[in-house]
Amino acid sequence: MDAEREVLDVLARNAREDIDDIAAQTGLDAAAVADAIDALEADGVVHGYQAVVDWDRVDEGKIRAVVEINVELDRETGYEQVADRIAKFPAVDALHLVSGDYDFAVEVLGENMQDVSEFISEQVAPMPAVTQTVTHYIMETYKDGGIRFEDGDDDDRLSVSP
Amino acid sequence: MRLSDRARTLPESGIRKFFELAEARDDVISLGVGEPDFSAPWTARTAAIDSLERGKTSYTANRGMAALRERIADHHERYDQSYEPESEVLVTTGASEAVDLAFRALVDPGDTVAVHEPTYISYGPGIELAGGEQLTVPTHAEDDFALTRESLEAAGAADADLLVLCYPNNPTGATMTDGQLAEVAAFCRDNEVRVVADEIYAALTYGDDHASIATQPGMRERTVVVNGFSKAYAMTGLRLGYALGPSGAIDAMNRIHQYTMLSAPTTPQYAAIEALDRCDDEVTEMVEEYNRRRRLVVSRFNEVGLDTFEPGGAFYAFPECGGDDEAFAEALLEAQGVAVVPGSVFGEGGEGHLRVSYATSMRELKAATDRIAAFVEGRD
Repeated sequence: MDAEREVLDVLARNAREDIDDIAAQTGLDAAAVADAIDALEADGVVHGYQAVVDWDRVDEGKIRAVVEINVELDRETGYEQVADRIAKFPAVDALHLVSGDYDFAVEVLGENMQDVSEFISEQVAPMPAVTQTVTHYIMETYKDGGIRFEDGDDDDRLSVSP
Repeated sequence: MRLSDRARTLPESGIRKFFELAEARDDVISLGVGEPDFSAPWTARTAAIDSLERGKTSYTANRGMAALRERIADHHERYDQSYEPESEVLVTTGASEAVDLAFRALVDPGDTVAVHEPTYISYGPGIELAGGEQLTVPTHAEDDFALTRESLEAAGAADADLLVLCYPNNPTGATMTDGQLAEVAAFCRDNEVRVVADEIYAALTYGDDHASIATQPGMRERTVVVNGFSKAYAMTGLRLGYALGPSGAIDAMNRIHQYTMLSAPTTPQYAAIEALDRCDDEVTEMVEEYNRRRRLVVSRFNEVGLDTFEPGGAFYAFPECGGDDEAFAEALLEAQGVAVVPGSVFGEGGEGHLRVSYATSMRELKAATDRIAAFVEGRD
């Protein structure tokens, strides 16, 4: 495996690993790890570092919705142009072009359900290219970013074994 | 009730004491665990659940389900091991049963069985229960705990009837290359020594692929290979292992197995079929994670002055703590709440070392190695 891939594998599991620990885990020296991180960022492989948050556990937390959007394209308007306009809204947390019955899957983060539905009806639905939206509010999150949301440590192994 | 002499004289495992010390506290980070911290792959677990829902709760064939034996034989092609599923594979209740059966099938009362040490703690008692006598062959830190022809000769193993070989090794994490195994194989051929090769950690190697003594010239016919699902697939509690070997030895082991165990448990056999069919990627991911932990632990120990050779397999590091390893481990537990197992528990050559399991989360490993560093600095 090349150095950038090894560093990427560590960061993808835990973006808070510091450079010395990444060096220890990969067998690279610290300078090589720093170079690899710089290259990953410069090449647009790594776009940022964020916490995986269970918003249900936060007082005055946020609500998340997955919105299906259908669009109609014309000579001047392609997916790129529509995506660019949708992505500019700060409420849009993630935006994907998908295969299947609809065109875009959009993850929207809002203060509450009303906030999200107003955003969709007033900002997204009226866009000329948009023909239909279907909003699914997320009721409960069980796993995100590869991390299972559950309580505590369930290590029930014997503390010392042969 | 009166007990048999055999039962009364069987010694308590040296690990027991550290288990009790560690269990007595609730703030302990344990690096003393000899099993994976992962759970078995979910798809393997669902196969087990499905089999229960379909009512698959009867015995299987003594040798194990034919579908499982075929997959085991296919799986071992990756180690250049070739065995007939019909006659040369025996599915057992954990690799432990396979080791026990091998001793009972291959050892006569008074036979000498050479065991390299430090090593896993069950071989000595198993040999004793089979009526054999253990001949200890020490391995050495300067050889990175590989077994050498010189060590075998120096210990008088030329007169042994059987050799137990455990690589990748518990507790040292040592592995052996084809070249090193060739020397041991030559010794075994020259002296007509048969081999029980416990290769339970074969899937957990970092760098070179696992090399088996059974693939050395002339060794297949004199070797019983033991392996299983516990370590590679994180299925320790499901108790499923197997033996591979020439049909005469496997027949004999099966004869004992059919009276003592009848068949290995059925539910785990379904899990194992699924594991072999579909879980290679998960094993690879586990190996990659162990490898990152291994490098972190080894580099941290060497930084704080606990000399540690680079272990090539299993999930153990074997740092040198110098002097009395038991006292070191007890003081470390007392002062910093970190549990490790003293190397001397694993026999001759283990003294002055600690077995450190890195089958625990990265976060705990970092906290534990910080505490060990503080402990070492406090002693200097």
